[in-house]
Amino acid sequence: MLEVRGLDAFYGDAQALHGVDVTVAPGEVVTLVGRNGAGKTTLLRSVMGLHSDVRGTVTLDGEDITGLHPHQRARRGLGWVQDDRGIYASLSVEENLTLPPVTDPGSAWSLSQVYDAFPVLADRRRAPGTTLSGGEQQMLAVARVLRTGARMLLLDEPSEGLAPVIVQRIRDILLEVKARGTTVLLVEQNVKFAATVADRHYVLAEGSVAADLDNAEFTARQSELLEYLGI
Amino acid sequence: MNEILQYTLQGLAAGSFYALAALGLAIIFGVLGVVNFAHGACYMLGAVVAAVLQDLLGLNFWLALLVVPVVMFVFGVVIERLLVSRLIALDPLYNFLLTFGLTLLLVDLVKRQYGVSGLPYTRPDLLTGQITLGALRLPTYQVFVLAFSLLVCAAVWLLMTRTRIGMIVRASTEKSELTRALGVDVNRWVTPVFGFGIALAGLAGVLAAPFRAITADMGSSFIIILFAVVVIGGLGSIVGAVVAGFIVGLVEAFGQAYAPALSQIAIFVLMALVILVRPAGLFGREENA
Ligand SMILES: Nc1ncnc2c1ncn2[C@@H]1O[C@H](COP(=O)(O)OP(=O)(O)OP(=O)(O)O)[C@@H](O)[C@H]1O
Ligand SMILES: [Mg+2]
Repeated sequence: MLEVRGLDAFYGDAQALHGVDVTVAPGEVVTLVGRNGAGKTTLLRSVMGLHSDVRGTVTLDGEDITGLHPHQRARRGLGWVQDDRGIYASLSVEENLTLPPVTDPGSAWSLSQVYDAFPVLADRRRAPGTTLSGGEQQMLAVARVLRTGARMLLLDEPSEGLAPVIVQRIRDILLEVKARGTTVLLVEQNVKFAATVADRHYVLAEGSVAADLDNAEFTARQSELLEYLGI
Repeated sequence: MNEILQYTLQGLAAGSFYALAALGLAIIFGVLGVVNFAHGACYMLGAVVAAVLQDLLGLNFWLALLVVPVVMFVFGVVIERLLVSRLIALDPLYNFLLTFGLTLLLVDLVKRQYGVSGLPYTRPDLLTGQITLGALRLPTYQVFVLAFSLLVCAAVWLLMTRTRIGMIVRASTEKSELTRALGVDVNRWVTPVFGFGIALAGLAGVLAAPFRAITADMGSSFIIILFAVVVIGGLGSIVGAVVAGFIVGLVEAFGQAYAPALSQIAIFVLMALVILVRPAGLFGREENA
């Protein structure tokens, strides 16, 4: 589904990613774990075409999308949820949901499906997006890309800063998304959370892939990883 | 009492020009990230085009209100395609310099062609009189300018809040990068938005044509006040542009009435106070500041 080859990313003179190779198969849920500053966000942004100072190739379903604009990548089925959730204050909840164009009518969630799954969004549909709580905003951000029919989600720390019940809820959503066959690349610091949803894990360290583990290995080495991540 | 009402109307009428033009400036800044320094020159051009079309084709004021914004829209589209778009990927400062240069160019071209003394404009009869309300006698022109610009502001407001393009303008004003990453082709809207903003400046110019001197320099002081307006309202804020436009008009009118020497200074003192208390402007969002 997604193939990242030899990705280098730079911020001025500083290199944030060093020849990163990441592959995600269709229907797979893969996490990226790594300490703060390891380059996880930079990797997702590069896949989305938001980071211009990059080398390497990004392939989506066999098509080289390296040269494409962000909106063209989105229209090919990439759904990005940025780390601060990216909810618009000047748009209502419903406008936040309907802003992105539907890219695949076949798999797109309809507005009523979204509202059935997230009743709180229906209740607050006319309110400005940022008047929602943090957890509600996260659900809105995920629902927003589901409504486009994105075939692959790029989620940047969806559980960060949320109460345990909300994290549970996000986990349920991810499992449902997975059951529908949607592919997910998930940045996650929460190792326990990652182990319950993902099939495979990349450990990123200082801008390079340090390990590529299946979920069994990952779970077995959980305490070691926790220590490594310093959590 | 009567006097105060009269100054209020005068201020709101003066503010109407600022509100319309600042609206265009705010929308352009929101979507393109470009501070259009040539906005004052486009206001001037709106008035000049109205005067020239009246002279050449006998186009009356009412038709000019329709025709000139269309002409200015086309002008804006050409400028955006020809010049602004080439610099858009660079530091916004380059477009500031470009539009500043454009101002000098436009002003001098108009001076060269039509001189410095100003172009004549025939006032429509309907606007020359006064409206009498009991003891109140209000200049028809001021009432018209205020009502017309309120109408235009309301129409733009509906466009911004009720249509998909308005939603895209709001979204890309707030989070340009994310809006693109969500699949919205913002670039498609850049050219028409620029043209639309220029058309609003031109419309303000047409409104000014019957009662203000139409000279090449009429936009020079206008643009300075306009910057104070957008800073007070909050750069990129559409509501802020309109509200601040009227506030500044009022400050100007009352200043001229009671302390003529201080009237311009008062606007900039107000601007400084607003920056001190709310750096992002009255209606600006902190994160965009
Ligand atoms: N805008 C920027 N300018 C300069 N350097 C940056 C910028 N953004 C990130 N970096 C640097 O690039 C490296 C990778 O950052 P990135 O945000 O991708 O890490 P991350 O793994 O997402 O971290 P976190 O867990 O804190 O979100 C870090 O060293 C960071 O300091
Ligand atoms: Mg990050």
